[in-house]
Amino acid sequence: MFKKILIANRGEIACRVIKTARKMGIKTVAIYSDADRNALHVQMADEAVHIGPPPANQSYIVIDKVMAAIKATGAEAVHPGYGFLSENPKFAEALEKAGVAFIGPPVGAIEAMGDKITSKKIAQEAGVSTVPGYMGLIADADEAVKISGEIGYPVMIKASAGGGGKGMRIAWNDEEAREGFQSSKNEAASSFGDDRIFIEKFVTQPRHIEIQVLCDTHGNGVYLHERECSIQRRNQKVVEEAPSPFLDEATRKAMGEQAVALAKAVGYASAGTVEFIVDGNRNFYFLEMNTRLQVEHPVTELITGVDLVEQMIRVANGEKLPFAQSDLKINGWAIENRLYAEDPYRGFLPSIGRLTRYRPPAEVTKASHVVRNDTGVYEGGEISMYYDPMIAKLCTWAPTRAEAIERMRVALDSFEVEGIGHNLPFLSAVMDHPKFVSGDMTTAFIAEEYPEGFEGATLGAGDLRRIAAACAAMNRVSEIRRTRVSGRMDNHERKVGDDWVVTLQGERYALSVQADPKGATIHFADGASHRVEGAWTPGKSLAEMLVDGAPLVLKVGKISGGFRIRTRGADLKVHVRSPRQAELAELMPEKLPPDTSKLLLCPMPGLIVKVNVAEGDEVQDGQALCTVEAMKMENILRAERKGRVVKINAAPGDSLAVDDVIMEFE
Amino acid sequence: MKDILTELENRRADARLGGGQARIDAQHKRGKLTARERIDLLLDEGSFEEFDMFVAHRCTDFGMEKSRPAGDGVVTGWGTVNGRMVYVFSQDFTVFGGSLSETHAQKICKIMDMAVQNGAPVIGLNDSGGARIQEGVASLAGYADVFQRNIMASGVVPQISVIMGPCAGGAVYSPAMTDFIFMVKDSSYMFVTGPDVVKTVTNEVVTAEELGGASTHTKKSSVADGAFENDVEAMAEVRRLVDFLPLNNREKPPVRPFFDEPGRVENSLDTLIPDNPNQPYDMKELILKVADEGDFYEIQEDYAKNIITGFIRLEGQTVGVVANQPMVLAGCLDIDSSRKAARFVRFCDCFEIPILTFVDVPGFLPGTSQEYGGVIKHGAKLLFAYGEATVPKVTVITRKAYGGAYDVMASKHLRGDFNYAWPTAEIAVMGAKGATEIIYRADLGDPEKIAARTKEYEDRFANPFVAAEKGFIDEVIMPHSTRRRVSRAFASLRNKQLSNPWKKHDNIPL
Repeated sequence: MFKKILIANRGEIACRVIKTARKMGIKTVAIYSDADRNALHVQMADEAVHIGPPPANQSYIVIDKVMAAIKATGAEAVHPGYGFLSENPKFAEALEKAGVAFIGPPVGAIEAMGDKITSKKIAQEAGVSTVPGYMGLIADADEAVKISGEIGYPVMIKASAGGGGKGMRIAWNDEEAREGFQSSKNEAASSFGDDRIFIEKFVTQPRHIEIQVLCDTHGNGVYLHERECSIQRRNQKVVEEAPSPFLDEATRKAMGEQAVALAKAVGYASAGTVEFIVDGNRNFYFLEMNTRLQVEHPVTELITGVDLVEQMIRVANGEKLPFAQSDLKINGWAIENRLYAEDPYRGFLPSIGRLTRYRPPAEVTKASHVVRNDTGVYEGGEISMYYDPMIAKLCTWAPTRAEAIERMRVALDSFEVEGIGHNLPFLSAVMDHPKFVSGDMTTAFIAEEYPEGFEGATLGAGDLRRIAAACAAMNRVSEIRRTRVSGRMDNHERKVGDDWVVTLQGERYALSVQADPKGATIHFADGASHRVEGAWTPGKSLAEMLVDGAPLVLKVGKISGGFRIRTRGADLKVHVRSPRQAELAELMPEKLPPDTSKLLLCPMPGLIVKVNVAEGDEVQDGQALCTVEAMKMENILRAERKGRVVKINAAPGDSLAVDDVIMEFE
Repeated sequence: MKDILTELENRRADARLGGGQARIDAQHKRGKLTARERIDLLLDEGSFEEFDMFVAHRCTDFGMEKSRPAGDGVVTGWGTVNGRMVYVFSQDFTVFGGSLSETHAQKICKIMDMAVQNGAPVIGLNDSGGARIQEGVASLAGYADVFQRNIMASGVVPQISVIMGPCAGGAVYSPAMTDFIFMVKDSSYMFVTGPDVVKTVTNEVVTAEELGGASTHTKKSSVADGAFENDVEAMAEVRRLVDFLPLNNREKPPVRPFFDEPGRVENSLDTLIPDNPNQPYDMKELILKVADEGDFYEIQEDYAKNIITGFIRLEGQTVGVVANQPMVLAGCLDIDSSRKAARFVRFCDCFEIPILTFVDVPGFLPGTSQEYGGVIKHGAKLLFAYGEATVPKVTVITRKAYGGAYDVMASKHLRGDFNYAWPTAEIAVMGAKGATEIIYRADLGDPEKIAARTKEYEDRFANPFVAAEKGFIDEVIMPHSTRRRVSRAFASLRNKQLSNPWKKHDNIPL
């Protein structure tokens, strides 16, 4: 076995590989750029080599620098992770030349699968189902109808030079094919000056399902079943699971066998993934093969018990696979949620900055469930703009899908991330979405279910009551503590009452708190009651409560007269008031948040370095208005629409906070 | 007998109605609560004891004798906030617009006298159209009587003013002399002369809100220490502040049970200081991570943001925090921040509240506007305040402590009890570049030489060890252990005794 390997990557995947290497007794070498000097993977590795400035094209993907690091440390093998150099045949070649093992497939396989057209051809030859289509030139509408009929409706008629939906038509019958061909052709000619058209099968209700394969250098290959990755946002996977709730045994087997056949056809030896698109009738078509470890590999590991990184290392070391296809069973259900440093309330804009708080849920491995968090960051660390915004992969496993989802909900609620914008609330909302819960999703799920973006989850009455009950109990603890301050008038202390009114998300619950040494029973005025238990004390940012015996995890912040509660994707202001306070609070005017559509607000704390416009200027949509420097980066703020600048409140040199008004428009 | 008791109940009911239901409704319509409703929210339920419910004015001019409502436009008395005694007066806008008459003032004076005598804070809820014009000079005399009491009570018991409606003309000077002024957004304003007079005299057109609303006074004038969304929130937050304050100057600051480990380690603080010395970071993160339960009551949050002031608790006991904020103007001292911090330090010293200072200060802000504005004397206020303070003083230098600003920020030389520095501290007369350019003026033409000299200066002074060698820094501490170190330091200072020489009073450069 290798004594020392180098991980040509960063972030969570580098940490992930280091963990397995450690377990196997292999020493590890990390590489890092200037931006990653204090990164977790550097701290975890036995050695670390600096390889240049922050941008990846000057550090992580510069083959010479990585090769120099290998030479300097005497690493015998290299794990490339995903991204960066993982599918770069030149890198694999350079390693081969240097006599260093590549923990990945042979160069030939990378090259063969690296090209979309070649890979499709090879797949067809290997008997893998591909999207039916006609690539040649189509003379006229009659031919288009004929070809469409052969492929089978619905079909997609596309301009060869097309993009962005232009020159694209979907046809469900001959007539539509005829019309579609003509209009596509016209549009293609006028838009691209190229009227070549091709036709392929239009996959309805598409789902993204992929097969994990693993092959050794001795001609053995197996599939480790599928992963479903249909929950995507702009082709970026967000939620993955294994197995797929959609596949039946026969389809699974067919897909798996075709995937292995394809791997064998290219002499594959390592872990790889064959991606398919699957339609509503479980017809599946080859998309591409990823010749590397996939981001979402943990869900496969959780249902098969196979450590894929370990197997990759062993295969690279020339070992035979320790199992046959028949040994690989699906055990339980695993779900992965990707935590991105992207602010869901600001159109999923990448968010950078300091992680002032980062407390993932505790990792658990039990017969009843598993919680696993693959991460590359730590509290006090910095999220930089140079790399992928994914900062953690939270996985849960349980015997059934429903249980795995429930474990995920609680794990997400327990995950504390502050200092940057992140998608935890969005993930929570997806975990509660009825379509996801029923397994009825396509790759259009996010686009269709959140067409206007995400504005926080709206909770149902059941959840609200449970939260109200928990907050009433918590409020009692914190109010009683307040009465224990020194300097009280003896015998005239404040007695904390039992009756309270809780308001949240527009609902109002009058209730009474009956406390006992173990917790509290909350009696609602309408007769219902809830039992609350939990060891929350004032100041704790996480309240792990049991409401009627079921876990309820709340992120707790303080607001005047109550709590800011974040749970299940909602961000709530919960007021807990005495009946008298509540009565008077009702007299207070509702203040609408100010209209900010006519304002340019500072999107991040930073320094104004330049103001490009003057008061009275007419500005065009997209025109640069000013530049804000934040985290040493210059961010150009642009006009969102046409308008006239009436007031400028900031000058170069001013430092601004988030949402400070920079300028006002007419 | 029964009739007599009923008579009392009737009179009470009548007094409680103030200016009558129609005016109460009008008050509600303006988004404001009545004087009594506010007291209900301010004090522990059922704890209010009223004085002078039946006081009525004595004016007989302009037909005033025809209307003599019980209470005369102000509700006064005492009660408790979480069981601790406070005195309160609450002006009743429904009675003659809350205007101040001779008797109205007498009611306020009565409870102020009792507050000083009995050692409890005074909380004034202001909602008044101003002087009772019909009473003429008697009303002005009433104001002055209140002013004199504000002055005498200053430094004896905490005085808190909440502006919950109009507060104009002479009326502003009573709140102005109290320790804290809070305002309610959109429904309160304060000014010496109103928009009409301003227009007549200066031709300036300005609204009451622009001239003296909560935003103006919290952001521009620094007259107010904070602003709240509405009456309910204002009363809740004043209660929260009272929990931090001692009842009088003979008491130690309050202590309450806490649910936080004094030895809590915060590893993330080890990376708080960015690698680049010119990159800002948020000092509030440090404050929140050091404080018990992350609870911080900020004073003047929206004004002179280059310095942060407010209250936290350590081991359950109140501590005043002053901290430079590198996020704003690099955390430098200037006129506004010096004044803001000086007043806060003096408040803490008045009431035996220990002071924790976090330092990252590159110096005083240069420029004509600062010099013309008198930064010398304003900066001296902070220096003076720190130097005269005899309360426990613990200072932590996180990064820069340059020049005169180093001396000012609760340095060892100003009788600091514990002066800690993080390993990232740089204690020097100025930044290395500036220093080199002065010391090696002759080499200015040679950038290579200058760079080498700068490096030399950095190596020598850009650290806490030169100061530590001289004993100006008591100990260089790990950032992650700041909470533990600071908590222990204050614990060791609980019996600190230090007094200044006898004097009538000092002569701080006002």
